[in-house]
Order: sequence, then C-alpha cells, then structure tokens
Amino acid sequence: MTLPMGRPMREIFGETVAELATDDPRIVMLDGDVGSSTRGDIFEQAHPDRYLQMGIAEQNMLGVAAGLATMGLIPFISTFVSFAVVRPLDQIRVLIAQTGLNVKITPGYAGLFTGMTGMSHIIVDDVSIMRAMPGMVTVSPADDVEAAQVLRWAAAYQGPVYVRLVRDATQRLFDESYRFEFGRAVTIREGRDVTLVSTGAQTPRTVDAAELLAAEGIDAHVVHVPTIKPLDVAAIVAAADRTGRVITVEEHTVIGGLGGAVAETLGEHRPTRIDRIGLQDLYIQSGPNDALLDIYGLSAARVSDRVRELLAASR
Amino acid sequence: MSGASAGTTTHADAGEVARLEEVARRIRVHVVRVVNHARGGHLGGPLSAADLLAALYFHAMRVRPEDPDWPDRDRFVLSKGHSSIGLYAAMALRGYFPEEELLTFDAAHSRLQGHPDMTRLPGLDMSTGSLGMGISAAMGIALGGRLTGHDIRAFVMLGDGECQEGEVWEAAMAAAKYRLDNLVAIIDHNRLQQFGWHGDGPDGRLPPQVPGELAGKWRAFGWRVLEVDGHDMAAILGVLDEAAHGDGRPTAVIADTVKGKGVSFMEGHYFWHTRLIKPEEFAQAMADLGEPAPAAEEAAR
Repeated sequence: MTLPMGRPMREIFGETVAELATDDPRIVMLDGDVGSSTRGDIFEQAHPDRYLQMGIAEQNMLGVAAGLATMGLIPFISTFVSFAVVRPLDQIRVLIAQTGLNVKITPGYAGLFTGMTGMSHIIVDDVSIMRAMPGMVTVSPADDVEAAQVLRWAAAYQGPVYVRLVRDATQRLFDESYRFEFGRAVTIREGRDVTLVSTGAQTPRTVDAAELLAAEGIDAHVVHVPTIKPLDVAAIVAAADRTGRVITVEEHTVIGGLGGAVAETLGEHRPTRIDRIGLQDLYIQSGPNDALLDIYGLSAARVSDRVRELLAASR
Repeated sequence: MSGASAGTTTHADAGEVARLEEVARRIRVHVVRVVNHARGGHLGGPLSAADLLAALYFHAMRVRPEDPDWPDRDRFVLSKGHSSIGLYAAMALRGYFPEEELLTFDAAHSRLQGHPDMTRLPGLDMSTGSLGMGISAAMGIALGGRLTGHDIRAFVMLGDGECQEGEVWEAAMAAAKYRLDNLVAIIDHNRLQQFGWHGDGPDGRLPPQVPGELAGKWRAFGWRVLEVDGHDMAAILGVLDEAAHGDGRPTAVIADTVKGKGVSFMEGHYFWHTRLIKPEEFAQAMADLGEPAPAAEEAAR
C-alpha cells in the first residue's frame, strides 16, 4: 500500500558526483566541514585532489566556487541547506546568480529530516528564497532515483543551479526506468476529484495520501514538480483543468514555495480554487522524523485528512 | 615609509617609472572628469588606488587587451568594487576599449556599470560591489589556476574599510591553508571609509583600522606581508616584482595611500568618498592634476 523506502539522497549525492568526476576532470567539490554528514566524504575518498575543504566559512566557500567556475571548473557545494542558502545568500546573488557562473549549489538536509537538530538547521523557506532570485533554477527531487538523475543533469547544465537534497532515507517513488526532464512536471496518478501538486520528498507521501483518499472514494490526480523554477506552467494548468480544484503539498513553508508558485501561475493563467498544505509560517522543533511529519501535518495520513477537510469545506 | 620592502629594490628604470606615473595621472584625470560628467560616482577610493592600478595593468599583470579571455592571463578582481571608475580608466588606457567610452560610465545600457559587471564588459574577471567577496573569488581563481595547470596569478584589491567584512578573514584563512602563493591581495590603505566611527581623527572620524595593525592581522593569518608607499611608483613596482616570486604563502601588499590623492581639496577627507563636484572645484582639480583649464561647459555639468 505505501511506497517502499529508498536510499538516502545524501549517499546518492556523494556517489553520483564522485562518478561524474571520474569522467569529467572539471568537477570539484567544496565542503563546509560537513562532508561526513552530507556524504561528500565519498567524493573525497574517490578524488582527494578535487575535494576542496573550505572549513567553517560558507561565505568564502561560495565565493571561491565562483572563482573556480571562471577557470572552467564545475564546483559542487557540500553543506546543509541552511548554510548553503541563507548564510552565503549575498555571495550567491552577486558572484553566482548575477554572473551566471557554473556553480552547483547542492546541499543536503532539506526539509524536516536533519537528524534532530532543531530550528537553526531546519530551513523552512529555502525554495521561496532561491526561486525568487533572478538567474537561479530550483530543483527538488522526490527520491534517490530522481536525485541521481538531477545531479547528472546539473553537471551537464551550463549555469548556476540549486538542488535540495534530503539527509535520511525517504520513500522511493520512481523505478530505474524513470527519466528526469528539466522543467517538466510528472503526472504520478490520474484522478478526477482533486489535483494534488507536490514536490521533493513530500511527493511519495502525497501519493500515499492519494491512495488513502481513494479508499474513501476520493479520486486524486497527483502531479510531481521536481523543477520548481522554471515551473512547468502548461502541466500545472492542464492538471488544474483536470479537476477544477488544486491543493499543493510541500515540506516547506506555504509562503512563496511550491504553493506560492502554483498559486501565482494559476492566478494568471487559469484561476482555480487552490489550497496550500505545508508549514504554516513557523519554525520547526527537533524530533524524530515520523513525529515531525505528524506534528506538522505532512504524513500521508495527515495529508489525506487535510485534503478531505478542505474538500468538504469548499463543497 | 614603514615596511621592510619599501621598493628601493625595484629593477624598473626611471623611464618606466615616469611612464607609469603618467598613466596614473591620466587615470586620475579620467576619474574626476567622468564622475563629474556622470554627476555621481566615487572619487576618494579610485584616486587613492590610481598608482596601484597603473602598476598592475601596465607592469605587473600579463594580459592581452586585444584578447581579454586569453586563458593564461593574470586575473584582477576589484574587491572594492566602488572604485570601478579607476579600474575602467586603467583598462581603457591599456586598450581594452576606447577612452571615449569612459563617458558612458553609469549611463543606462553602459558596459561601465556603477560596480563592475563581468557579464557586460570583456576583461573584467569578476563582478563585485558587495564588499568582502572579491578576495574569495580571487582565491578561487588562484586555486583553479593550480588545479587546471594554468600558471596564472590572481590579483585582488581591497579597501582597508572593506577589511571589516568577516568574509575577508575567511578567505585569508583558507588561502593560507592552500598555500596559494599565486594570490596577491593589495590593500588600498587610505585610512578612511565612507563614514566610519566618530572620533578625534580627520574631520571627526576614526580610521577603519587601528593604525599599524593591518600588517599584523594579515601576518597572523599566515600571509607574507609587503608594505609600501602606495603613491611611490618605483616602490610599488618593487613590491609587485617581489610578490611575483611566491614563497608558499599568499601575499598581502599593504599600500599606504591617501584618499582623494592628487586633488588638493579631496585629499584626506572622508566626505569625498562620493560627492558632487562644483564647477570651481572641477577647475581646481584639473589644475592639481596638471591638465589645462577646462571649458566652462565641462566644469558646469
């Protein structure tokens, strides 16, 4: 009934970038002293000469990455989302986004699963911030299979990208035949009653929620949005047309993230009743992963409950 | 002048020194003319940096203005990006673009943006403007040169006020860790910042760094420190020649300078960081810089 567990995206990160670097001498990894957590250590093992430890100094790390990119290298960043996005935000803006330099901002520890660290490490608004930045693309893979493909795509793409990865094992949505396409949303489940739009590691839980709803006679259409910017406008509009009722679901604040992006898009292209499930303008406490999903309403059961309430309220 | 390496060891001949002094003078003339023409822009910083920029672009750096993307060129990052007009003037004089284009500075659609934009102007090795960042980028260039097997040097110019940014010291730490002796940071130590702390210094302001402490700070971070009078061309050439010979450490050239150098009424006054020039002041500035009296319409922009 529920989707199976996959491997932790962080392991995929270390392995995939190391594999890419074996074939491409331009690839380097910069670490902010957390490689043993992000699994940048897998890269260090494979390519010690191209593993550039930058110490606990993230502003400098992002600036060094820009300089390396001007020399034709392709830097991947290893740190936590909070320290990759907000700590060096101005360096990203001025030296990477405004220049279009070929830096891959690929931090781990997105969302709630940060190893019980609490609100300093759990960033709730990284997608809102990065997708608002001119010149920055934002990608949030659903599982280990998609994460590997996104990292391979990122290495080949010319220009700055932001890819948010998850620390712990999450549910696997895709099989090995799946092919990530940049800028394209993916229909996961066909349905007639309501369109659920989801991203990142939340998508598998949203799919499970759709199955719970199906058992109650609610037929949900589920769309996964790995590329939040640029958004697949045509797919979002088509998915809204499909049911006439949209609910976004994300492990992120509802302000400015996927929910914001979908609301902006539908407001302009196809006004549709929309609700946003996600974090409600608050900071997150530390706790076990399952407890946090339950507390903040992002487990499959809590999402299905909320969807049912929202549909009942708007009927 | 303080410092062990005051440029008496230079091999530059008197003719070379005189040639570069004239380049620096022409940079200063362009700075004042262009900022007056644009009715806005920074003056004090570009004027204090003019001799250093002349020495970099006409002596120390291996560049090909006709081939600005030449892979084996030395790189320059103006970390104190607000001195952009000084850099643009040096580049124009060196032949990257026509000197007439300098008058487009700060105009809409100009390649000469208020702060350097590498996506618009070939020859700029990094976009800067938000202080403290350029040294990190230059460190990346130096490290990238080593990793890619390019025998290049990365020069970066910082302000002494800019050295208040924490990122500068993050970069200082990391560059020493990587023993980047192809990285040369030049600190334009003009002892003033835009406003600074109130105190008993000139015009009631305090200098951005405690006098005499800057060299010790860089040394403590593991850098080779060369001190020089930033307006003594022979001495500047001497330290830049010395900096070219790495000893396993990155090099900090601490250049003692005067903010507003070359224009009598601007020298040493913080408020000439940016300020509009009055017509009679413009005439005085041109006289100070050895230029003929300007036409009335140029002075009265």
